[in-house]
Formats: sequence, structure tokens, C-alpha cells
Amino acid sequence: MSRSPARKTMMYFSRMKTTLILGVCLLGVLLGVPNLFSAPAAWMPWRTVHLGLDLRGGSYLLLEVDMKAVVKERLDSLADSIRQSLRGGQIFYQTLEPQADQNRVLLKLRDATKTDAAVAALRPLISPDVTTGQPDMVIASDPSGTITLTLSAPALAARAAGAVDQSIEIIRRRIDQTGVVDPEITRQGESRIVVQLPGIGDPDRIKQLIGKTAHMTFRLVDEAATATANAGGPPPPGDDYLPMQDNAKEKIAVRKRIDVDGADLTDARAGTNPDTGEWVVNFTFNSIGARRFADVSRANVNHRFAIVLDDKVISAPVIREAITGGRGQISGTFNAQSANDLSVLLRAGALPAPLTVVEERSVGPELGAASIRAGAISLVAGFLFVIFFMAFFYGLFGWFANLALVVNLFLMLGIMSMLQATLTLPGMAGILLTLGMAVDANILINERIREEQRLGRPPLAALEHGFSRAYSTIFDSNATAFLAHVMLFVFGSGPVKGFAVTITVGIATSLFTAWMLTRLLVSRWYITTRPKLLPV
Amino acid sequence: MFIKPRFRIVPDGTRIKFMRGRYMGLIVSAILSTASIVMFFYPGLNLGIDFSGGVVMEVHTQGPANFAQIHAALAADHIPDQGVQSFGDPSEVLIRLGTQSSEQGTQAAAAHVKTALEKGVPGATIERTDVVGASVSAELFRNGLLALGISLLMILVYIWFRFEWQFAVGAVVTLVLDITKAIGFLALTRLDFDLVMVAAILTVLGYSTNDKVVVYDRVRENLRKYKSMPLRELIDLSINETLNRTLGTSMTVFLASLPLALFGGESISGFAWVMLFGIVVGTSSSIFIAAPILLFLGEHRLRRESVAPPTPATASKPVAAPRR
Repeated sequence: MSRSPARKTMMYFSRMKTTLILGVCLLGVLLGVPNLFSAPAAWMPWRTVHLGLDLRGGSYLLLEVDMKAVVKERLDSLADSIRQSLRGGQIFYQTLEPQADQNRVLLKLRDATKTDAAVAALRPLISPDVTTGQPDMVIASDPSGTITLTLSAPALAARAAGAVDQSIEIIRRRIDQTGVVDPEITRQGESRIVVQLPGIGDPDRIKQLIGKTAHMTFRLVDEAATATANAGGPPPPGDDYLPMQDNAKEKIAVRKRIDVDGADLTDARAGTNPDTGEWVVNFTFNSIGARRFADVSRANVNHRFAIVLDDKVISAPVIREAITGGRGQISGTFNAQSANDLSVLLRAGALPAPLTVVEERSVGPELGAASIRAGAISLVAGFLFVIFFMAFFYGLFGWFANLALVVNLFLMLGIMSMLQATLTLPGMAGILLTLGMAVDANILINERIREEQRLGRPPLAALEHGFSRAYSTIFDSNATAFLAHVMLFVFGSGPVKGFAVTITVGIATSLFTAWMLTRLLVSRWYITTRPKLLPV
Repeated sequence: MFIKPRFRIVPDGTRIKFMRGRYMGLIVSAILSTASIVMFFYPGLNLGIDFSGGVVMEVHTQGPANFAQIHAALAADHIPDQGVQSFGDPSEVLIRLGTQSSEQGTQAAAAHVKTALEKGVPGATIERTDVVGASVSAELFRNGLLALGISLLMILVYIWFRFEWQFAVGAVVTLVLDITKAIGFLALTRLDFDLVMVAAILTVLGYSTNDKVVVYDRVRENLRKYKSMPLRELIDLSINETLNRTLGTSMTVFLASLPLALFGGESISGFAWVMLFGIVVGTSSSIFIAAPILLFLGEHRLRRESVAPPTPATASKPVAAPRR
């Protein structure tokens, strides 16, 4: 590397190279500038750095999808169809048990000789998985008459992925109804969902909206059993004892059989009952729902019909006449807010599984603004410190470094704007640190030039040697810091990730400005002044 | 100031015999690191919410916070008092709760505190709420440690690759000593140890490595330049030659971080203090720890390896160092 032609070119810049370097700097400044002002017009390509929620205020929610519930639902419905199918085939069993923790349904036949017949009867119940096309269950049997149906691993994964995707869609629909601007809803890992709500310092209402599964069913009330529902004891087979929504102590016996499902709703709106002035939710069924609703109501006039939401009975009115129009009304003890929330939930649809908030970070807008202010003050003060330091200790060469530092700052902002990276409070600290580290390259170069000059080299040779010798040091020292921060990006989360992004971008841009821009500046300066001695 | 440099941190051509203090440096470092490890176990680190899980709420009150009133409000709702402390400004209060038995429980506890405050402390606004469930905090902790461990490993491999193994071992041993001291600093100051602190420690790590690489790089260069100089003298020479750079960079990074510690606000100043501490430790360890370790490890080995290239050179006379 130290052959003489290479040395001669160290301080030589072709016109092309000069233009290229200055072009990159100019582009960087142009891209970085929008961050200092607000957008003048909507049509301008005005890309700025995203402010993190810790700076602009807002909420970050990490939700966990309850995968056990997803599995349990599949196993329950499978057990249901097994029951029907075996009954039809005159095959009797001792136990039929969905075991959610082992992802399987366990079946023990009374008559072991019928094992093969049972397996044959069960086979058509297994549906091919939507994504893989493979059967989603594995049937295993042994001669003693024990049959297990286990969810296969790919089917389990596909089901989990499906549940998360569906949940994201439904959360989005629910949040969109609340008027939150720019919510970001993304999946994280296998079973988690990140919801980011800029500008929402208090996410209580959103949490309530996404915390409900909102599975609504219409089921008949078992009036005879209701009389004893509150006495304790197990419900009769085919019934559930469900609490009332507004009074958890009062229980009603409701048939397990679902007559109409909330999935068949096409619309739901909050309104008031013109007679009483009460808040109600008006709903409309699709054609399937409307037909079923008409059939059930016709057959059960003068019986009570329960409207059940997430295993709680909202109301259980008596059917006065057949309801054929596919429209209905839910009245309960609603106020404007709760009627509105229920209609939002019904319109958006039910979640495939319950969600739990496992992490929440919310910052009010005032605190965010205060953080920006504190960060900006520190940034300006730190920047000035570094500039004065370089000027005092390296004079003219310090100013070259300072110019490179300013360009570096803009390049960083520009690249981060292009990447639409997020600037967080630790990220602002990252900018400051990068400024400190960026001048390190210049300090290395300047010290080296100074040393070479002291060894008795003429100015041009001192510059040549200074830059070329400092190069490997600069590269090695930055590479290690770069590696450390890439790790931080991979394993960090939230604001810390923002910090890692800022520093890695900063290391890259500072290498460019120190190595290219300062060298170009020094070279131009040398050509125009031809000094006898370098002022380092 | 505009053309000529005004100051030098140290005069050129110093000949300070740093390696004379090698035992002193190692002993002091060993004592400090041992003390830090002891403090790591007792009193231990103040785990922040990221790693301990639970609830942290930053509450802004009308006028200076009335702690009795806040305690009363929480007690009225049977919320076990977990720690209410002032936070920077007199009108800022931090309320902390531990994790509950379930994720939902932790969420409910946060909501509980909120209603209690609304009832019992009129005018209070909640500026920040962090709720971290037990499973997430365990994950964050594991990831934080993983980031630290893998970074160290990568630095080891990188320096091994670019230098000789003695350099890599010297750097990583020094870095581990640096990290223990940073942890001791956290235990001593009772600053919350959270993800941001992991970031601070990693940054200190990156910075400190940077510093060591510069000194090592000069040692490597001088090993080729002065074929017969004893390693001890050679290391002293290398440190002296890079002293202005070492101190200069440390000072700029220190100056850049100082405003953050002073004005950065409560949530980031802890980070900045760890940085400041780390810069001082990292700079001194480059000279007094990393270099002596290299001396011990490389006394008889490093010379031979570097003599290997057959470039004819007269002893002790500077020649253009061939670069890789």
C-alpha cells in the first residue's frame, strides 16, 4: 500500500472525485435541512427524521396473543364434531377430552375392536390447513382403543400466524374508529403485536377497546334452569351459567348452542331509543344471520333470548314477535360512550383470541416536549464545546475538522430522514457522542501530520504520511465501535434501538467526512497557499 | 485560534515511563473491580423497570408535591406503598410498583394507581406510564446481557483478526475490568440499571476499545519500526506518542457528554454520568491496564513473531513502516 504512486495520489483529487465528494456533502445537507424547518408545502418532498414516542409523546403497547385460547378453540370444535360423528356411527367412547396443553384431543373407546372404524370416521373431520394444504391433525391410535388427534407443528404455527394477522387487522379497524392519527400496528415475533399511538399520552380507552375479544352470540335462555342458577352447583348439560354484564352476581342459564353469531352482523350503530331516551345499539344482520334470527325468533315467541358478549349477558329480552327484517336493537345500561364503544367493537369484528398487554410505555406530550428541549440544549452546548476545543488545540486544521463536523451532522440527519429512522431521546445522546467520536478521526490525522512534520518531512509529505498512516488506526478503532452498536440494534428495543441506529449511521458518515472531506479541504488549502510549514 | 493552535495538552516528545506504574495500575484496578463486584452483590444494582418489571409513573402535581397526600391517596385505595420519590423538579413525583402475579394484574395495578391519584390528589397529571410485565422484563434482561456478551466476543475476534492474540486478550480483559467498574459505579450511585444503561455501557465499551486500538496500533507499528527495542520501552514510547490523541479525544467526548449530564433531564442524565465515568476509566485503562497486560503477555512472544518479515532494517532507526 505504501508504493510511491499511491502516496502521490493521497493528497491529489481529480476533478471528478472532488465533484463527487462535494456532491455527496451537498446532497446530505439538502436532505438534512428539512429537519430544521417545518414543511412549507404539502407537495414538496419533505422528509424528516421520525420523532420517537418518547419525544413527541404517545403510547407504545406490546400485546400478547393468547395462543392457548386459539388452540383450545380448535380442539373444542374438533371434540364437538367427533362427538356427533361417533354418535352417528354408533361408536361409543369412555372419554373424549380436549387437552389444550398438549395440543391434542384424547379419545378412549369402550370397544377396542372398533378402533379402525373410529379412525376411519374421524378422518373426514380433519380439515386441510389453509396455508400448507396438509392435514392439520395427526391421528395416532393403539390397539387398546386409545386415539389421539394432535395438532401438527406446522398447523400450529400457521394457526398462530393467522391469529396474529387477524388480530392486527381487527385492532386496526377498532383503532381507526377512534380517530387516532397514524397508529402503527405491527407484529413482533411469533405471538406479539406492537401498537404505537403517537400523541396519545393516556391509552386507557384504546386498551379497553383492544382488550375485549368482543365475541357476540345470541343464545336462548333456559328459563327453568335460571331459577336455580344463583343457588350454586353445576349447570345442567347443554347450559352455561353466565353472569349479567351490569351485575356479575346475577347469573342466567343460557343454552350452549349458539343460534346466531356476531360474525353475521354487517353493521352496528349507537343510537337512542326514541321512547325512553336510553342509549342503545342498533344492528343489522347479513342474509344468513337475518334468516336464522327470523327462524329462531319465530319459533320462540314469548321466550327469553340472551345477547352474550365475551361470556357476559348484556341483556336477555323476551321475544314478542318474529323478527324478520334482519335488524335488532340491544338495550342494556348503556351511556353514550359505552354504546358507542360496543358498536365499534361489533363493527370491527371479534378477535380470534384474547390479547394481554405485556408492556406499556406512555409519555404525555408535555414531557416529550421537555425532553426535546433538554436534548436540544445539550446538543447545542456539546457541539459548541467540541468546536471550541478543536479550534483551540488545532487552529486552522481544527476548523477544517469543524466544517467536516457540521457537514457530518447534516449527513446524519439526511440519512436518518431517508431511512425514516426514529430519533429518540437516547438517540439525541447518540448524536452528541458521534460528534465527540467524529472529531477523533481528525485528531488522529492532525496528530499524525504534526508528528511527521516533526520528523523533518516537508509539508506535502507530512500531509501524505499523516493521512495514510492514520487511516488504518481510524478504520480499526471505528470498526469495533460499529460492531458493538450493531449488536445493540439487534438486541435492543424501543428508544435504545434508536440510539444504536443513530450511532451506526454517525460512525459511517464521520468516516466519510473525516477521511474524504477534510482531506479534500486540506488539499485545496495546500494548493492555494503552498505553506512552508503546516500550522498543526 | 483561527490559524495557529493555542494549546497542547501535553508537550511533544514526552518520555513518561508509564510501564513503571504497571503493577500499581493493575493493583488499583483489581481493587476497584473487586470492590465493584462486591457491590454488585451487596447492596446490588438498583434494577430499573425494564429489568425488574412492574409499574413506574411520573406524576406532575400542582405546585410542590405533597407526599403525605399522595401516600394517603394510595393508602385509601389499599395500594401497597412501593416507593414514592421526587424526580428532578419538586412538582415531579415518581411512583413505583412491583410486578403482580399476572400480566393482567400488573396492568390493573397501574390503572388502580391512576384512579386513586385522580381521586386523592386533585390537579395531578400523569406524564409518563411504564408498565412492564414479568415475561417481558426477563426477556429484556436476557437480551441486554446477550448484547453485552456478543459485543465483547466480536471485539475479541476482531482484534485477534487484525492484531496478534496478545492484543485481543489484553483488550478484552481490560474491557471486562472497565465494565465491572461501570457496574460498581451504578451500584454506588444507585442509578437505575435499565436498557438505557446497557446502551451506556456498550457505548463506553465501544469508546474504550477505540482508545485501546489506537495505542495498540502504534505498538504494532513500532514493533516493525524498532526491531531491537525492549518491549517495555517500546510500549512506553507508543503511549507517549499517542498521548495527545488519547487525551484529546477523551476530552472532546467528555465535553460532548457533559451538557447531557447537566441539562439532559432526569431520564437521560444517568446515561450521561455513566458515559463520563466510562470515559475516565476507559482512558486510564488504555494506559495502565491494557498496555501492561500486553507487556506481560507479549514479553518474549511478540518480538519473534514480528521479526519474521524479512525486511532488512537497522536497529532503532525509524523506517517507513510497511502497512498491511
